[in-house]
Amino acid sequence: MESYTQTDLQRLVTQIRRDIVRMVHACSSGHPGGSLGCTEFLATLYFKHMTTKAPVFEMNGIGEDLFFLSNGHISPVWYSVLARKGYFEESELATFRQINSRLQGHPATAEHLPGIRIASGSLGQGLSAAIGAAQAKKLNQDPQLVFCLMGDGELQEGQVWEAAMYAAAKKINNLVAVVDWNGQQIDGSTQEVCDPGDLEAKWKAFGWEVLVLENGNSVPDVDQTLSTAKNLTGKEKPVVILMKTEMGHGVDFMMGSHAWHGKAPNDEQLASALEQNPETLGDY
Amino acid sequence: MSILDKFPIRDQKDTRSGFGEALLELGKSNPKVVGLTADLTGSLQMGAFAKAFPDRFFQVGIAEANMMGMAAGLTIGGYIPFTGTFANFSTGRVYDQIRQSIAYSGKNVKICASHAGLTLGEDGATHQILEDIGMMRMLPGMTVVVPADFEQTKQATLAIAQHEGPVYLRFGRPKWPVFIPESVPFELGKIQRLVEGSDITLAACGHMVWKSLEAAEVLRERGIAAEVLNIHTIKPLDEEGLLRSLEKTGAVVSVEEHNRYGGLGETIAQTLAIRKPCPQEFVAVQDTFGESGKPADLLKKYGLDVPQIVAAAETAVRRKA
Repeated sequence: MESYTQTDLQRLVTQIRRDIVRMVHACSSGHPGGSLGCTEFLATLYFKHMTTKAPVFEMNGIGEDLFFLSNGHISPVWYSVLARKGYFEESELATFRQINSRLQGHPATAEHLPGIRIASGSLGQGLSAAIGAAQAKKLNQDPQLVFCLMGDGELQEGQVWEAAMYAAAKKINNLVAVVDWNGQQIDGSTQEVCDPGDLEAKWKAFGWEVLVLENGNSVPDVDQTLSTAKNLTGKEKPVVILMKTEMGHGVDFMMGSHAWHGKAPNDEQLASALEQNPETLGDY
Repeated sequence: MSILDKFPIRDQKDTRSGFGEALLELGKSNPKVVGLTADLTGSLQMGAFAKAFPDRFFQVGIAEANMMGMAAGLTIGGYIPFTGTFANFSTGRVYDQIRQSIAYSGKNVKICASHAGLTLGEDGATHQILEDIGMMRMLPGMTVVVPADFEQTKQATLAIAQHEGPVYLRFGRPKWPVFIPESVPFELGKIQRLVEGSDITLAACGHMVWKSLEAAEVLRERGIAAEVLNIHTIKPLDEEGLLRSLEKTGAVVSVEEHNRYGGLGETIAQTLAIRKPCPQEFVAVQDTFGESGKPADLLKKYGLDVPQIVAAAETAVRRKA
């Protein structure tokens, strides 16, 4: 795991970007924008920081670090990472969002896709599940950590703040929450839709240790911030990383706009996106 | 001999206390059982468990959505969470959390819900949920259990811990007769036939099982032999047990402390429509909300008392002709 160099991770990131755009293009649906924005994070988390038994998957995750994707719509990036990690064949990525596939539009457990422990997509629920899993780890005297990624628009869901209040009150210190702070949601910028205000102050006020990651699309920066976050676990407070990313990062015509939140590229757009992300580890 | 002589009232106890006692037993016998509540430890009678097993009890505060999500997460580490709050806040308030994080995700969570129905009483309609059985029954994979008395709630609580998969366990607030004979076995998913009869089947759940026994005695005095079924497991329905009764009686009255839509009555009707069409009358709340009042007065006002069950039975018997 530790043998992954920054160069290895960067090559992986480029390949995952190719997987993402090819997956959403093939089924003409899905969410490329947020997926591309979180590619550096998920690649670095799974290939550099998380202890797992991959390719073996056990639902109970005992002795492993766990990851929960609360903003389930960015399933393309997660599926690509899971496949590249060896949980299932990369060729299965071609079935994304097709009938009879294990790769549902939003992550699910009903089809038993290895790597997924709970369904997500209806927003706001992942942090609660992550807290429950973190509590279970404490009961099991399992020292591994629980990670949970949420969208910033998702913070408009009240349940997130129920969970945030609980985690601080009960000192859930084996948990690292991450907010994909791309400032975009379906209807426009988060500021226009319903301004989340000072996120850093809000999480601090809720009793969390807050790290701000200025460039979540930089592998070294993600790497460093994850190391810092892990070092902050086991103390008094739960840890949250407010991770600034660019929606659609790595594909110029998708970058920085909410327009590609949930839209698939056409043939020409796919070709352009692939040209910007040349094959590194082999397409599925 | 009166039918009721066969069902001596051993005590008057609230069904929620049966839940609390069983949860404590489970705490002792199964280290994987954990409890969660949203600021209703006392109302749910979870205090003894909380005191005995503080590490396995999670006081979540008034945050039911978070509680359901946490329960789902706890199952991942191998635990069997029992959530406890009022039926209203156990279902309607958190339907989407149950749907996605528990039912669709196939999580082994036991949703334990007190103060269901009109017999919650004085708090009024905001808290008297009459739609919960319907909501929970509609979720694929959800088991729905509505025990009839204190002892049966204990038995049901112990039984659902053995069942792998999500369960909705519904019970109530008021003191109620403890009447089901110890000789009648409880089995999850199996109807209990409490009284044999050939003219009409009274199929009831929860508090209404006792009322149905009282109604059966009135019917007996009027020359109608009622068979009384306790359908404590509404989903999955014991279809064979129901049909065995209907083969004899040919008509049924469903009796439930729930809206007429979505509950036990509709469950029965669907089975009968396919497998044995026959007259059915519905003793249930007639698509209204409740109101504040004493439980007994509310049951009378909303048509869930003995005279209404008797009248419905007589109507159903007439319709057989």
